[in-house]
Amino acid sequence: MEFIILAVLFFSGLIFGTLNERKHYRSIHKREAELIQKPIITFGKNYNPEYQDYHGELVSANVVISIDYFKKFVANISNLIGGRLVSYETLLDRARREAILRLKESCPEADLIINTRLETSSITQAGKNSVSCVEVLAFGTALYRVN
Amino acid sequence: MFITNTEFIPGKQIVTMFGLVSGSTVRSKHVGKDIFAGLKNIVGGELKAYTELLSESREEATARMIAEAKDLGANAVVNVRYSTSSVAAGAAELYVYGTAVFVE
Repeated sequence: MEFIILAVLFFSGLIFGTLNERKHYRSIHKREAELIQKPIITFGKNYNPEYQDYHGELVSANVVISIDYFKKFVANISNLIGGRLVSYETLLDRARREAILRLKESCPEADLIINTRLETSSITQAGKNSVSCVEVLAFGTALYRVN
Repeated sequence: MFITNTEFIPGKQIVTMFGLVSGSTVRSKHVGKDIFAGLKNIVGGELKAYTELLSESREEATARMIAEAKDLGANAVVNVRYSTSSVAAGAAELYVYGTAVFVE
């Protein structure tokens, strides 16, 4: 009986998890192409006279993405032999890119986003039935041109 | 109220500095949402309930920081940073801090 439950979890994770990931990557690629014109930079912390004509405002965006059962299973196995955990790499990659896209979308009027910072936090608790998910927060200062 | 995570406010001059201001909030998840998240953990994908919860909590922490800055007589907070820490099982602390200043 336990084996059947495990098999159902494993295959639903494999099928729906893969479909979910593909769908998400398609949406990421599409939106990245649309928003490529909006510059987002990580410098600009110190005073720069170029920004004199702008109005600045703090903007932030976050996303929480969960891993699926199949990937967790695979990661647990590859944990034994070490090396790259590809299933976690794609999870973090998706979360970061999604957070950056949301940051850009949160301020459509802005000309530039300076001093962008990305912060990752795992909100997983130790325990057998815990939820494995990762939160990525992106924040920066959006600059709007003042006439 | 001007809030930025840069060390200056574009187009303004910092006149007075009031020092560090901060705001924090500790939130835990709703049991129903937690069960749903557990189910979502099987198929993967975004946990919208958690995303909303965390962004709401961050807004609350920011509001507390702004209130503290206003009490000091500041009209801007510069170099704002966010930090997240998990304090207990099922709860997270969201902390936001920056430097309160007066700009002209």
